[in-house]
Amino acid sequence: MLETFLFFLFAVVAVVGALGMLIVRSPVSSALWMIMTLFAIACLYITLDAEFIGVVQVLIYAGAIMVLFLFVIMLLNLDSMPRMEQLDWRKVAAFVLGIVVLAELLAVISLRLDVLPEAVASSEAAEAASANNIGLALLTEHAFSLEMIGVLLLAATIGAVMLAKKKFV
Amino acid sequence: MHLALNWYLSLSAVLFVIGVLGVLLRRNAIVIFLSIELMLNAANLALVAFSQTFGDVDGQILVFFVMSVAAAEAAVGLAIIIALFRNKETVNVSEINLFRG
Repeated sequence: MLETFLFFLFAVVAVVGALGMLIVRSPVSSALWMIMTLFAIACLYITLDAEFIGVVQVLIYAGAIMVLFLFVIMLLNLDSMPRMEQLDWRKVAAFVLGIVVLAELLAVISLRLDVLPEAVASSEAAEAASANNIGLALLTEHAFSLEMIGVLLLAATIGAVMLAKKKFV
Repeated sequence: MHLALNWYLSLSAVLFVIGVLGVLLRRNAIVIFLSIELMLNAANLALVAFSQTFGDVDGQILVFFVMSVAAAEAAVGLAIIIALFRNKETVNVSEINLFRG
C-alpha cells in the first residue's frame, strides 16, 4: 500500500515537472521544473532499492548538470520571454506522432510477452544492488569501461573549454 | 512487495515521449537540450527498474555510465551553444540557418 502510494506520488510529480518544463516560456523556469523532475526520479530510484544511483542522480544530475545549465542560461542572459508561436500543421503532426509513439510503447509493455527471465525475490535484489556490489562490479568486471569513461570526461572537458574560448586555438 | 515492473516501464515511456515532444516542438536550444536529458533519465529509470526486478547489478552500472556520458554531452553541447550565441546572438534554432533560400 505504501509502495503504491509512494510510486504514484513521485510519478505524478515527475510527469508534472516534465510537462512544466515543456510548457513554460522562460528557459530558467524550464530548468527549475526539470530539477523538480530529477528529484522525483531520484526518489523513485530509492523506492526501487537503488540508493547509490539515487544519491548519484541528485549529486550529478541535479547538482552539477543542472547548475551548468543555469550558469549558461544566466551567462547568455536569456531572460526575454518569446511571444506565443502560432500553431502550424507541423506542430500538430509532431504532437500526434508523439502520442502514437506513446501508444505503441504502452501497448508493447502491456503485452506481457514471456521472453523475460524469472524475477528474483526483492530482498535478494536489494542486497545485490548495494553500493558494495556496485563498487565491486565497477572495479573488476567493468574496469575497462570505467577507465574509458575517465578518458571520455577528459576529452569532454578539453573540448568544452576550447569550444567556448573567444579565439579557437 | 514492490510494484510490478510494468508501472515503472509505463512511467519511463511517458517521460520519454514528453522528452521527444520537447525536442520536436520547442525552438529554444536550451529547452531542446533539457528534453534530451529528460529522455536519458527516462531510459535510466527503465534500466533501474529492470535491475531491481532481476537482481542484476549490471543495470545500475549502465545507469552510472549513462549519467557520465550525459554529463560530458551536456558540457560539450552547452559550449557549442555558447559559441553559436557569440556569433549569432540567438538560441532560436529556426533562426540558426546558414542555408538561405
